[in-house]
Amino acid sequence: MLEIRDLTHAEDGVTHLDHVSARLAPGTLTTILGRTGAGKTSLLRTIAGLLVPDSGEVSLDGKSWSRLPPWKRPTAMVTQQFINYPHLSTLDNVAFPLVRKGARRAAARESARAMLDRVGLSAMVGRRPSELSGGQQQRVAIARALVKQAPVLLLDEPFVNLDYKLREDLREELVDMLRNESGLIVLYASTEPREALSLGDRILLMAEGRLLDDGEPQQVFGAPATIEAARVISDPPINILPLTVGEHVAAGPFGAQDAGDLTRDLAPGEYRLGLRAADLRPGGRHVARVVLSEVSGSETVTHLDLAGFPLVMHEKSVVTHPPGAEIAVDANLARGFIYGADGTLLRREAPHGQD
Amino acid sequence: MTHQPLDPEPRAPVSRTLKLALKYGFILFWSAFVVFPFLWALTTSFKDANGVTNGATWLPWLQYQPSTQGWASLFGGPGGTNIVRPYLNSIWVTLGASAVSITLGTLAAYGLSRFTFRFLFFRNADITFFFISQRIMPPIVLAIPFFLMLRALGLLDSLAGLILVYVALLMPIAVWVMVDFFNSIPRGLDEMAWMDGCDPVTTFFRVILPNAVPGLVVAGMFCVIFGWNDFFFAFTLTFTQTQLLPVSIVALNSSVTPWWALSASALVSIAPLVLLAFVVERFLSKGGLAGAVR
Repeated sequence: MLEIRDLTHAEDGVTHLDHVSARLAPGTLTTILGRTGAGKTSLLRTIAGLLVPDSGEVSLDGKSWSRLPPWKRPTAMVTQQFINYPHLSTLDNVAFPLVRKGARRAAARESARAMLDRVGLSAMVGRRPSELSGGQQQRVAIARALVKQAPVLLLDEPFVNLDYKLREDLREELVDMLRNESGLIVLYASTEPREALSLGDRILLMAEGRLLDDGEPQQVFGAPATIEAARVISDPPINILPLTVGEHVAAGPFGAQDAGDLTRDLAPGEYRLGLRAADLRPGGRHVARVVLSEVSGSETVTHLDLAGFPLVMHEKSVVTHPPGAEIAVDANLARGFIYGADGTLLRREAPHGQD
Repeated sequence: MTHQPLDPEPRAPVSRTLKLALKYGFILFWSAFVVFPFLWALTTSFKDANGVTNGATWLPWLQYQPSTQGWASLFGGPGGTNIVRPYLNSIWVTLGASAVSITLGTLAAYGLSRFTFRFLFFRNADITFFFISQRIMPPIVLAIPFFLMLRALGLLDSLAGLILVYVALLMPIAVWVMVDFFNSIPRGLDEMAWMDGCDPVTTFFRVILPNAVPGLVVAGMFCVIFGWNDFFFAFTLTFTQTQLLPVSIVALNSSVTPWWALSASALVSIAPLVLLAFVVERFLSKGGLAGAVR
């Protein structure tokens, strides 16, 4: 069990880690999801020993790592940049950590050759990193991390600098490889909610160095604990509307009849309503102006302006909405989340699945 | 129906031909500019007093009678000085001082590049500047303290004393060049080596140093060129026991300037540097760090 206890780190007045705690069991792949600057890399670097926390500690199976320098920690890491040793061949790059651990060079090379075969680079053993493509260089880095057989594997957005297709392919390959590695604790940092939801057994949701939520993907996505968490985990962005409950009910530009039973039994007052982009649909009686429409694959995300409220609508089809055009929209408010004034979740009408 | 004859080979535009002519013209001019002094020194080294006073002559036997007097004088021939000993002294002092300077300078530079030092208001950049700042001072300012220190140590007029002084003079160059070079090596490479089980010392020797060869070569070249060519300190800190090549070349001068001997000594004094340039040239190729971090 890898235990992260109350980690705090700040530098030049910027807080990178703010009392982060988590317990990670062997055999799990945990995704750390957050935007740039959320503290994902800081958390991984602290676990690796590359960053010394201001307070808190990391321990594995009850043994504290506080006094262990990075070169003595049983961790392996793959970073965003494809870091390899330029003066060594691909084979010697992968054999390097084994040689450092004391393995005989021939044995280390044999293991390295087997690992390179697993990552599909058996034909490239004699090449230098500079003679490989970006994807191949990152495969070498992954092979070097896996060959160590360290119990903790840290992956810091390993595919972010690759093109879309290669990223998808390598991600699938990596998941396949990790399935064969039993008892491994894998931490995978990502900025992409879809990746986090599809990849991990568990999600640590982070923003501004804080841990916003921690749980299984369905749980974290299905009922975001706070508005901030909802914003981080929603792609396309979630709509946050002011919700007034009193004599009349109003959720931004939408009125009482749209809210249905959602606001029933809710004490009069001011709330906020979180509404996923997929819960807006074309049609209905509200007329919105198209600000921007983006087609991604077979989906369309449209940014709208409805009576001064910015909204995002997600359609699972390719639709053309010219900017400036006026289209009718309707909202399924019954699927919304109600948040209190402090931004914490108060009510969720029905459990939501992953989009 | 008539056919227009096709131009069998389109002619190169005049401007392109002119550009080529200018380019090769410039290359030829520059080559002559570089080679001419060597050629002059070579022909002069095979002349005697008569040969050098008969104007610019280039062809032996046809324009002047070749003589080995200049070369013989380097080995203690008539009117000359044996430069074999000073030559070997220069090699020892230059290589010794350069090796020590590069070793210490590289270690210091790695520390300055990778670790943060703070003392009062001094930071890494200040320390790096302190190293190089002594090169700003005119040599005469340094000569007297060096003289006094070597005298106190009993190292005046000795190879060890000269090596010590040259280390003090060359190490700033090594630090200056290597700090800049190490800064260009991504820190991610050090960190990855740590993750792979290397402590900082192993990281330096196993990962960083093999990737710093071009920097070491540049720093080494600077050190060797300076050490080999220095006259001032070699002259002020030695007397009779120890002599370096530049001093012995000057000693060849007498009431009549022996141009033949000076030319021969000039050629032998630059020979090691030319040889070194050919040897290290292949290490200076760019792209040594390609593939480190993408």
